[in-house]
Amino acid sequence: MINKLVIENLKHRWVRTLLSALVVGVQVMSILTLIGLSRGLLQDSATRAKGTGADIFLKPDTGQGTISFSSGQVNESFVPFVAKQPHVRQAVAVLSQPVELVTLMNGVDFPQFQKISGGLRFLEGGAPQGPDDLIVDEAYARQNHRQVGQTVRLLNHDWHLAGIVQSGMLARFIVPLRTLQELTSNPNRISQILVKLDDPALTDQEVTRFNQLLKGNLRAISVSDLVSQFSIDNVPQLKVFIRVITGLAVIVGFLVVFLSMYTAVVERTREIGILKALGAKPFTIIDILVREAVVLALVGCVLGIVLTIAAKAVILQVAPASLPVTDAPDWWPKAAAIALGGALLGAIYPGLKAARQDAIEALSYE
Amino acid sequence: MSDAAMIQVRGLRKTYHTGDVDVHALRGVDLDVGRGEFLAVMGPSGSGKSTLFHILGGLAPPTEGKVLVDGLDLRALSENERTEMRQSKIGFVFQKYNLLPTLTARDNIALAQSLGKRKSWPEGFNEVLELLGIKHRLQHKPRALSGGEQQRVAIARALVNQPAILLADEPTGNLDTANSDLVLNLLRDLNKKTHQTILMITHNPEAAAFADRTIVMRDGRVLSPATG
Repeated sequence: MINKLVIENLKHRWVRTLLSALVVGVQVMSILTLIGLSRGLLQDSATRAKGTGADIFLKPDTGQGTISFSSGQVNESFVPFVAKQPHVRQAVAVLSQPVELVTLMNGVDFPQFQKISGGLRFLEGGAPQGPDDLIVDEAYARQNHRQVGQTVRLLNHDWHLAGIVQSGMLARFIVPLRTLQELTSNPNRISQILVKLDDPALTDQEVTRFNQLLKGNLRAISVSDLVSQFSIDNVPQLKVFIRVITGLAVIVGFLVVFLSMYTAVVERTREIGILKALGAKPFTIIDILVREAVVLALVGCVLGIVLTIAAKAVILQVAPASLPVTDAPDWWPKAAAIALGGALLGAIYPGLKAARQDAIEALSYE
Repeated sequence: MSDAAMIQVRGLRKTYHTGDVDVHALRGVDLDVGRGEFLAVMGPSGSGKSTLFHILGGLAPPTEGKVLVDGLDLRALSENERTEMRQSKIGFVFQKYNLLPTLTARDNIALAQSLGKRKSWPEGFNEVLELLGIKHRLQHKPRALSGGEQQRVAIARALVNQPAILLADEPTGNLDTANSDLVLNLLRDLNKKTHQTILMITHNPEAAAFADRTIVMRDGRVLSPATG
């Protein structure tokens, strides 16, 4: 019977119920979309790292995380040194430069890169011929309605769009290394070296050898290890950001449910008096409000998941290149628990206020 | 307490503290209500009728004196025990009906039944509903019922747990004459047919005339303990 009372109470003020659940839903959506975006971006980076065709990445030995971004911290003179090492078939210098919020432009020596990557798959146009030639991936071209032959302004520079390649190889933007070095004032500086071995089976052995040989300058990591490290747990800044958003979500959930329940308690003062007169104990009164909060949170969670799916569809339609977003169903229970936690916190004070209400005063409340 | 007494009150005092002022709502009330008796309590506003009603119903504790309801000493009960007493021994009927607006008539009755820890309606409750004339209106919410119907649902709700006492506070105060007569006749019929003990507060001498006995209160005391 208590459950029926809870449902009827929520139905009675259905606009407030729906709005409260919707705000909880937006809170759930913000968590799930953030996780989906973070994972999407990391997965996208992992896919592109694999798509280079390299066996080993040599990155600056800065003590930062393996997947942290660095601009021109490596001297280009390491490239011929690495290329001369045993079992190295090809060493390719790469300079990375952010051009949008999370999108990188990579400068490479294109013919050398083609050798290790096995050749980019061009959907339109072809390899860069001049210093201002730009190659973009399919997702960027689709999102921005770009066609070969157009001029694209990036990094305050006009590029000639020479080719559109299949997504998932190296970067969204590929340009000649020298041009990018000049544009970013990084002469003879690069971000990393891609290494192709003559026998991929030797990767682990060569990683160990490079780490001994280049200690203090460069750190070697196999592509498979690098890809496995593309997770939220390995990006400290992202972890902090997600915690902040989660904390905000708990606060928002708490405030929304608090306000909703507090209003309900004030509005239903007389009804609480009736329940007490009928023999409802303080625990029963709290129980009713907590159940209402739980229902609000659960309906909010369902709305949140629906909103997340809708948000993903919109994002992939509007910005497939800038914001690669994935599903995060394993986070549904976590987001639900966060919403439920906020809702329960929000129900505590109104519940206690209702339970403490004097029955006689409540019955005379107009 | 005699065997027949459902309520026995001796030297009952109730003092409310409001700020620095003590308000003596009851100043030594003595009262006996027999088992199966229909008692009307009359008196002007501020005479202590409602305070007596609240104390007998376990909604407020007495300050001094002895109050026995169906053998239970209310002064000795904790708040929790008074709540439990309300679940099983007391049925309330209020002037403003006090039905929960979100529930149907049936669910209002079922909620009281559930709080009284009863799994089903008591034997003979269908006859009570017939007597009250609301059996066909149970699926409606209070807003779809007339005042008279709402009060009859409230009486059904008060009776569903077969309470020792039915406490009615101005049960006809919000009703027109026809509905008042209907409700008062029902209370008298219930009292006669089921021997339900009823204590009814009223301002109206015509309503009080339906009771077996009437007492008058003034200034926190019972003036006429045994007028009939």
